[in-house]
Amino acid sequence: MKRKFSLAPAIFVTFLMIPVYWLLIMSFKTNGEIFGGISFVPESPTLENYHLILSDPDWYLGYVNATIYALLNVIISVTVAVPAAYAFSRYRFVGDRMLLFGFLAFRMMAPAILLVPFVEIFSRLNMIDTYAAVALAHCLFNVPLAIWILEGFISSVPKEMDDIARVDGYGFPRYFLRILLPQIGPGIAVTAFFCFMFSWIEYLLSNALTVIDIKPIGAIMTRAGGVLSADIALLATASVLGMIPGVILIVFMKNHLARGFSMGRVI
Amino acid sequence: MKPARENGRAFGFLTPALLVMTLTGVTPMAIVAYYSVHDTFAGNSFIWIGATWFRQVLTSPDFLGALARSFGFSAIVLLIQIPLGIFIALRMPAKGFLASLYIVLMAIPLLTPYIVVGYLWKVLSLPDIGLVTAAAGLTGLDWSMNNSIVVWATLLMMDAWHWTSLIVLLCYAGLRAIPDDYYRAARIDGASGWAVFRFIQLPKLKLVLLIAILLRFMDSLMIYTEAYVVSRGGPGVSTTFLSHELVQTATIQFDLGEGGAMSVIYFLIVLTVSWVFFSLIVPKERGAA
Amino acid sequence: MGLSWMAWTWPTAAFFVFVVLAISSMGLWEYRSPGGNPRRGVFGLDTTRGDRLFISMLGSAFIFLAWLGLYGTPLWGGLAIAIVWFLFVFKKV
Repeated sequence: MKRKFSLAPAIFVTFLMIPVYWLLIMSFKTNGEIFGGISFVPESPTLENYHLILSDPDWYLGYVNATIYALLNVIISVTVAVPAAYAFSRYRFVGDRMLLFGFLAFRMMAPAILLVPFVEIFSRLNMIDTYAAVALAHCLFNVPLAIWILEGFISSVPKEMDDIARVDGYGFPRYFLRILLPQIGPGIAVTAFFCFMFSWIEYLLSNALTVIDIKPIGAIMTRAGGVLSADIALLATASVLGMIPGVILIVFMKNHLARGFSMGRVI
Repeated sequence: MKPARENGRAFGFLTPALLVMTLTGVTPMAIVAYYSVHDTFAGNSFIWIGATWFRQVLTSPDFLGALARSFGFSAIVLLIQIPLGIFIALRMPAKGFLASLYIVLMAIPLLTPYIVVGYLWKVLSLPDIGLVTAAAGLTGLDWSMNNSIVVWATLLMMDAWHWTSLIVLLCYAGLRAIPDDYYRAARIDGASGWAVFRFIQLPKLKLVLLIAILLRFMDSLMIYTEAYVVSRGGPGVSTTFLSHELVQTATIQFDLGEGGAMSVIYFLIVLTVSWVFFSLIVPKERGAA
Repeated sequence: MGLSWMAWTWPTAAFFVFVVLAISSMGLWEYRSPGGNPRRGVFGLDTTRGDRLFISMLGSAFIFLAWLGLYGTPLWGGLAIAIVWFLFVFKKV
């Protein structure tokens, strides 16, 4: 379809980018300059804020912690979701619709609803302040997400593949690992990226389930921002660093974004 | 009836996922439901008290106010973002470098940590040094965060910044799936731009829009972190939404029963909305299609 | 660890018994006389027997909540409305 050049998307993207630009320049300013008034270009750009965050373990360990439990969550989510998605894609079984709906409902549930029982369960299990607790809690929305995305990818592999492999004498485990998994490789990558990101950006649960040792970066920012004389430049720098994984993901996944965000319903 | 062997196999594959969801979904929900009908002293012994908490919550102005504010917020969010998202998607270039660039830039807010979104908009609306405050000042508006209308406007603008791209991305993907022949046929028939939208594009966007509306509705109804960072529920309780009320009750006042009752009501809302959309999105015969 | 702190009260047990009974009796019903394909009811929705159970349960929950909010305890009136709703859903929807 031919379309005339339109200004609307450009204006919209500008509206989105102004706050991002604002954040970025604040990270190169000093607090003195920020409090001095509005300016669109830093007077004397400084890397001091970045240097401070990347050299102070209190700060940079926040990113390390968030990365560890996000990766752990990706491993759990993808591992349990691949076989489940296979079942939804290939079999009709008692209660299949209801189960698929159940997973969707858990994706739609607010973490706030389950905050108290999560704290309760993980403290009974002596797992508060462990990576596993946060990683498991994030499965609440990431396992359903992974199942829905992967179901779409597996359904696009023809079912005849299963039958041909069986005729050729492939046992099921060998078929699954050698033929099916490589076929849905891109799907697994999309799923893993999105699970990582949704774990990375979540705040409420990761903050509530950690105490001191493994606080994620969001919690460290809250603590730093809570004091009266908030260090705006430093918080802006921490924010910019927190956005980097998302930007990397977007560049890698730019052709699969709709699929990931729509839970695999849009190709 | 399906063969029993298939059932067994399917549930074999599902077991790991079901186990994880039992731990992270079903058990917490059961605990919340349990709290909602029991009274407790310091979380030690529990006494059955029936519907008392529900009665208390359902007649509490705090809860009903938060419920109304949350639904109001979601309604405005949908009214702004859905038409805006569709409009932008229709105006996007079909392909080329510019289209890719737009998509990459648009996706950035979607994957920004919630805490950063809140923090960014808090800074933007600070007095004297905030960009939004300054821009509003140019038009003569006093952007004071003590004014609840200003705070609502800030939150709505923040949410539009954060999530409108989701609608654009999904609709854009949906639009690109329409074959060129459709448009060619429409041109031969001399269809107007509105007719093309109403009879070709909109029907094809139905599925995409259903998903977009479901996601936007549920996520805006449960907004917590960003809004809390910006306004802390205030001024007064003017931006205290459902999640804030719930977290406040359950973790700060430590009213497990009342919090539990709220959670159950919230859960019922989630179930209802999800079910309506699920019935529309997933065809009855979940066939190969 | 362990969940023994959670007093196992009779109402809790009754709730689980009710859920198990509802599911197993639906299963038995389906086995004795299969409900077959989805049918189209008064709302223009295609529903199977399981869907109708779900709709009636969810609807009853909201009926009880509305009763509690508007009137309060006891719940007998709400129960009566819920039963009527149940019959309506299974007959007509």
